[in-house]
Amino acid sequence: MDQPPPFFKRGPAPVALLSFYLALSLALLIVDARFQALEVLRQGLAMFTHPVQRLAHFPAQFLDNAGGYFATVARLQDENARLQRARLENVATLLRSRHVEAENAHLRKLLGVKERQQVSGQVAQILYSARDPYARRVVIDKGQQDKVIAGQPVIDDAGIVGQVTRVFPFLAEVTLITDKEQAVPVQVVRTGLRSVVFGLGNGQLELRFLPTNADVQNGDLLVTSGLDGIFPPGFPVAKVVHIESDTAYSFARIFCIPLAGVEHFSEVMVLDPRPVVALPEELANEVAGSRAKAAANSGQTKKKRPKKD
Amino acid sequence: MQTSYSSSRILLSVRPWFIGVSLFGALSLNFLPTAAWPGVPDWLALVIVFWSIREPRLVGMGLAFLFGLAMDVADGSLLGQHALAYVLVAYGASSLSRRILWFPLGQQALQVFPLLLLVQLVQLGVWVISGAELPGMTFFLGPFIAALLWPLLTFVLLLPQHQPVDHDANRPL
Repeated sequence: MDQPPPFFKRGPAPVALLSFYLALSLALLIVDARFQALEVLRQGLAMFTHPVQRLAHFPAQFLDNAGGYFATVARLQDENARLQRARLENVATLLRSRHVEAENAHLRKLLGVKERQQVSGQVAQILYSARDPYARRVVIDKGQQDKVIAGQPVIDDAGIVGQVTRVFPFLAEVTLITDKEQAVPVQVVRTGLRSVVFGLGNGQLELRFLPTNADVQNGDLLVTSGLDGIFPPGFPVAKVVHIESDTAYSFARIFCIPLAGVEHFSEVMVLDPRPVVALPEELANEVAGSRAKAAANSGQTKKKRPKKD
Repeated sequence: MQTSYSSSRILLSVRPWFIGVSLFGALSLNFLPTAAWPGVPDWLALVIVFWSIREPRLVGMGLAFLFGLAMDVADGSLLGQHALAYVLVAYGASSLSRRILWFPLGQQALQVFPLLLLVQLVQLGVWVISGAELPGMTFFLGPFIAALLWPLLTFVLLLPQHQPVDHDANRPL
């Protein structure tokens, strides 16, 4: 016989619901951490959360603007004069650099060296930083609508700020160079020494994998080397502030601070992505050959394993 | 005005739109730049706990999961990190709901504190598994302050239910 209908309609048992939601969120966590396959879901949800976020940041922006509104005329005049002076000073350098660039292009053509590409980009504004205490990430107001793609370098007036890592329809997420998972290939200006600088997560950077006797001094300027094919060469990244060389380790610990206003809120410039440079034909063939060989090798070892057992 | 549960006053039934408004309000409080300051509580967790205790039929793990996902997207953290924490805490709160309302507000806050601590611990666990180092003790200051705010929150979120059934023009509330 059937059971009588229940007096009170209650959904599934709480424990069943709990295990369902737990399994769902754990699955999301694992898929997101291991396979990075949830970007579409993230973008869809972002369509709802970003307007709320913009709304929540409105009071803070309003206060900022109000502060600016009440700035004294004297200060504004002072700033105006200073900017005029800076512009005049820069004009000389700019005119000269145009001349030098033209001359450089001419000489490069004479030498038959490939021309360096022009750097261009679009200005974006930093809206807010991510709430995660570990992440050094900020959100800017340019997204897919402005043809921003993941991987584009981001600079400000003093140097490299970071790199676009996630793109939403109207916004993009920039990982700062001080983030723990961000690395930038650099070159020491004084010596031309190449290395890679890593974020430490506390606002500093570290130059890793340099031997203790490497020629690096306090105050050395690091610029991008451009060898990664992502960051354009020659942009300032960081300055060396502290060197620890302990003979117990084979590498020196070299600490740097970023030159760009990485932790400030201001306007930044998203540089256009560098065009992909194809490998020369013989090199490409070699790479393809070695890959095929590696694949064949791994296939062989896999086949061998059962025999050994 | 009723401030404790020793009073026998019967409240009006809750309006579902007010629950929605308070949840969205807490979400936008979490999005404020102040959220990065040490010791600022997780408002959304606090409000989810409140409604899961008061109205376990209306607010449960489903809503907690959805709001958790929204927090994850806004934070740029791993998808499911906040959702996991909020689902667990909503379950804990709704299973406490039969008992906790018999206590005075101070003792309620004592029982809410471990729940809010759980939110921080779950997120900490996710961070540690994905390879971050431990944060300072200020990370655990948030739940403590949130628990201290419990009586105030109860007062504010129950205000609409304190209105008299027959409206009186001379009465302020």
